[in-house]
Amino acid sequence: MKNLMAWIDARFPLTKMWEDHLSKYYAPKNFNFWYYFGSLALLVLVLQIVTGVFLTMHYKPDAGMAFASVEYIMRDVNWGWLIRYMHATGASAFFIVVYLHMFRGLIYGSYKNPRELIWIFGMMIYLALMAEAFMGYLLPWGQMSYWGAQVIVNLFGAIPGFGPELAVWIRGDFVVSDATLNRFFAFHVVAVPLVLIGLIVAHILALHEVGSNNPDGVDIKKDKDENGIPVDGIPFHPYYSVKDIVGVVVFLMFFFAVIFFAPEMGGYFLEHANFIPADPLKTPEHIAPVWYFTPFYTVLRAVPNPFGGVIAMGAAVVILFFLPWIDRNPIRSWRYRGFLHKYNILFFVVAFIWLGFLGVQAVTPLFAELGLRFTEVYFLFFIVMWFYNKPRSAVFSFTVFATLIALLLFIDSIRFSALSTEGKDYITTAFLIPAVYLFLTILGPVFASGLTEEKPVPARVTH
Amino acid sequence: MSASTNVDQAARGHEEVDKSKRRFLIGATTVVGAVGTVALLVPFVSSMAPSERAKAAGAPVEADIGKLEFGQQMSIEYRGKPVWVVRRTEEMLNILKETEEGLKDPRSDVLSQQPQYAKNVHRSIKPEYLIVVGICTHLGCSPTYRPELAPADLGAEWKGGWYCPCHGSRFDMSGRVTSSSPAGTNLVIPAYSYLSDSRILIGVDQENA
Repeated sequence: MKNLMAWIDARFPLTKMWEDHLSKYYAPKNFNFWYYFGSLALLVLVLQIVTGVFLTMHYKPDAGMAFASVEYIMRDVNWGWLIRYMHATGASAFFIVVYLHMFRGLIYGSYKNPRELIWIFGMMIYLALMAEAFMGYLLPWGQMSYWGAQVIVNLFGAIPGFGPELAVWIRGDFVVSDATLNRFFAFHVVAVPLVLIGLIVAHILALHEVGSNNPDGVDIKKDKDENGIPVDGIPFHPYYSVKDIVGVVVFLMFFFAVIFFAPEMGGYFLEHANFIPADPLKTPEHIAPVWYFTPFYTVLRAVPNPFGGVIAMGAAVVILFFLPWIDRNPIRSWRYRGFLHKYNILFFVVAFIWLGFLGVQAVTPLFAELGLRFTEVYFLFFIVMWFYNKPRSAVFSFTVFATLIALLLFIDSIRFSALSTEGKDYITTAFLIPAVYLFLTILGPVFASGLTEEKPVPARVTH
Repeated sequence: MSASTNVDQAARGHEEVDKSKRRFLIGATTVVGAVGTVALLVPFVSSMAPSERAKAAGAPVEADIGKLEFGQQMSIEYRGKPVWVVRRTEEMLNILKETEEGLKDPRSDVLSQQPQYAKNVHRSIKPEYLIVVGICTHLGCSPTYRPELAPADLGAEWKGGWYCPCHGSRFDMSGRVTSSSPAGTNLVIPAYSYLSDSRILIGVDQENA
């Protein structure tokens, strides 16, 4: 065995790779619950690839046969129902895990120097994942598949000038048709997975180059023993490989509970209208994207102008790429940041969930108004994040507050005339949502300086 | 030759390296390679555009509208999209004439949305019959026909028309978009012509209209 390893190592860096990335990769010893989701994301990726390969053995990417072939998988293929439900539930699980993984990065400042590129690669993975999920959703060729693709492709059509030609080029036809289904299949099973895997490799290589962050945001590489090993570091294998197995077991319990008892998850993982074959002549009564897209979908609907809506939705995703340069406060973890920084992040989560909820609801004047208000909060969050980069004077705080309130009032003034009578009833009350949010976060520290008071970061990790 | 070449020669102590020639060759190969790579994109990018078969599929469609009752809507497939024919009542036409406020383009001034012969209040050749592409101008859903007045879910101001379930755009009985809608333009009126009193041909312009 030793001889075999020596023979291989002389020709391929097998032992070196094992040591660099597992047995001698020193990770901080204080990882907590939030650190499960990176390895879980990797697990879900493997599940998606394996189930996906087996699904392609029975699926037909043809507008005339696709819907029936999915039903064939569900009814006639041995264990087909399980493989298909694993793949469909896996898509939602992927987003749950990735959203929690991103939240971890947000609270512990894992995107900050020197981990900006890890964050950027991660955001690119998130984008590729959205493309992958969107194109995969067309494949069953149900009503939601069809009309969802119709709406998303038309987003590109809203770009002035070359937009309509671009939309035709993406579809390969003047409407969503067999040509569209066929190319989405090619992208979904070949092109995007390859890009995803490449990005994940880059994400992990960048992580292992600079080392993992931790809940204290302490740089463990500053404190090394005589062998050059961080005092607060433990080798990933066996310590974290074993810890992650616990996470995997718990995750799989939830995962299979969904597959066996609620594979459609009440219409959130698999929407009811998707059990009707695609009909190009009739849009379902109520259409909504799958839950993981709904926050951005609400942002899209909040702007009463097609191109403006696309810009706002794009900006809501793109702004996340810039997070490392927006939040330049030197303290990484929220444990040692001010109270209002934590409040700000939690309010952002609330706004994101509200946007997601509104995205699955029909548009009423009240919900349209709330959608716009939470969209405003979503974007204001990043300004408040920037505002907390350093202590601000009272004059500066009042100036920022007044400017932002004026901006909100300006937006209201230009949209007021176009509102319905009922919409006008809500506008003043709903204005309180962003106004109170700004009052607390921007002016709060002026009246009670303790609200943004930061704590000293310890030299070593705590527990 | 240049001073740097002489230095290079002196340092290496053997035959002269012509650096400027080397630079030129590297530059030229890079440029030719880049042009070739970009040229290679053309067949791949263009293969994704609609094929000749897809382009040929847009033949005109004939339809019989004689059996349509007042207030009724029928749907015809044309180029993969629904085209609606609606026979409007006198009442509906009167409401259209009265409303100009609250619409983005009440007089159909955006020329791309209808042929010249449909640029009027009723947006059709014959006032009674509206022929319109049933695809929302926002993001392409097919709106729902709601001819009734002031239903509970659409509010007291609703005067009949189409409601888009996707993003809440509202259109009146001429397919004109309301100001508060996310859609920017009125529904598209296709080219069409009457073959007889009850037969229409969608996709061919009405001559001498």
